[in-house]
Amino acid sequence: MTDRKHAFLLLAPALAVTGGLFLAALGLVVVRSLSYMPVIGLTHPNLDAYASIFTDPAFLRGLALSLHIAVTSTLLSAVAALAAALLLRQTFPGRALITFLFQLNLTIPHIVGAIGILYLFSQSGAVARLAFATSLITRPADFPALVFDPFAIGIILQYVWKEVPFLGLILLANMQTIGADHEATARSLGATRWQAFRHVLLPLLLPGLLSASALVFAFAFGAYEIPLLLGANSPAALPVLAWRSYTDVDLAARPQAMAMAVTITVISAAIIGLAHLYARRRHAP
Amino acid sequence: MPHNLRIALAAALAGWLVLPLVPLAIWSFAHGWRFPDLWPRDLTLSAWRYALSDTAGVTASLALTTGIALATTALAALIGIPAGRALGLHQFRAKPLVEIVLLAPAIVPGIAVGLGLHGVFLTLGLTGTVPGVILAHLVPTLPYMIFVMAGVFSGFDTAYEDQARSLGASRWQVFRHITLPAILPGVLTGALFAFLVSWSQYILTLAIGGGRVQTLPLVLFTFATSGRNDVTGAIAMIYILPGLFILALTARQITGRSRALAALR
Repeated sequence: MTDRKHAFLLLAPALAVTGGLFLAALGLVVVRSLSYMPVIGLTHPNLDAYASIFTDPAFLRGLALSLHIAVTSTLLSAVAALAAALLLRQTFPGRALITFLFQLNLTIPHIVGAIGILYLFSQSGAVARLAFATSLITRPADFPALVFDPFAIGIILQYVWKEVPFLGLILLANMQTIGADHEATARSLGATRWQAFRHVLLPLLLPGLLSASALVFAFAFGAYEIPLLLGANSPAALPVLAWRSYTDVDLAARPQAMAMAVTITVISAAIIGLAHLYARRRHAP
Repeated sequence: MPHNLRIALAAALAGWLVLPLVPLAIWSFAHGWRFPDLWPRDLTLSAWRYALSDTAGVTASLALTTGIALATTALAALIGIPAGRALGLHQFRAKPLVEIVLLAPAIVPGIAVGLGLHGVFLTLGLTGTVPGVILAHLVPTLPYMIFVMAGVFSGFDTAYEDQARSLGASRWQVFRHITLPAILPGVLTGALFAFLVSWSQYILTLAIGGGRVQTLPLVLFTFATSGRNDVTGAIAMIYILPGLFILALTARQITGRSRALAALR
């Protein structure tokens, strides 16, 4: 058996599953987003669903909200993870504990973190009680709305909580691979610690950080249960809107649900693709 | 940075990392914990007793969630190990494209996959069934298995297999006594990732199960939105146990974990 044939045989089951489930699912989403559904009499593919969602204020507000959630969560997580990784690179008591907590956090499902955030930051939650005990507020309604709020603060807090360990562990692994030699050389040539970080370590870390951040963006942009639990009813995040349209009693709303799913996928894929291209260009000088 | 500042920052970070879990743990033992009390009036086991009773449906859901995650992991291993071998050991022209296609399901948002799979599974009669949910979970878990195994096989020397073959071992004997022992730590790492990915699924279970397949995250969500904070806390604690167990298992396998992390990236 030739090498190529052998490789193909080994890959065949995985390709069959990916094609039969994943690609078939995405294909169906695209076809139905074009309002092609012969079962209910829609036999002429068109862009009506896209036209209708992109002129719908609720959808546009949802799009803006989801972009805000994903961009803010990703930026905050990346900066905090970079700071945490720089801190954890040093040896000090308690370092092993935090590395352990990072790994622990990776295993905890998002929904558990989301409920924890709800019990911490709701208007009758733990933080509001502390504020009451210290006379900062006199009743729950005085506490600022951090969950179910239009700015999605609770949602963003949850993503930052969950993604800082993910990005931090990747950065630590990359720092270990890079080693301290490059910085030491820069320092011996007279660079300050900041200069060595800014011009030597950071550029080396950036491709990996960017690729991982793109994954964080895609997750925060496309997740359903977190905004459902912690978000306001309106504006609602895109995945919540898509599911609402899909489960609408009116079957005519289904192409719109599918068009929203396509929009979510295209934006996520574009961000990941761009990060990948940038990382590859940085790797090949 | 001064030493004390570093320790203070580390303490703040550690506190923030466990913070959301604290109210969940306290709620699970709380009885009558109203605003503005900082601590529950009474501590009780009633939420745990209720969660573990037959009426709450949590134990049945725990068994169901575990079964689905184990079945998904087994399927992912069966399909992902050969694929990982092909990507780790073989070079071919279409490899970059194949890699993108196989990795994509881990990245594409679950809502898109869920809505599409629901349509596909409707025609196959798989909606509302456990096998349907298992197949749906296979979509995001398989990439983790494949890429962990691709990493493992890229450092695997096939000369050992050739030697065993030339000494008269059968294909199965070679796999059983040469290949499997060599890749086993990697298989375990990939399996643990696959298990956790399936364990955490929400939207795929909801879309395909249609409310008829009640895994733990769905039950947890129902209790969280019904105001039973004490039972929610207890279920949340039960729900994170496998993760803790898996962490304890892998804590010693540092090499395997960093490999898995590279796959995640």
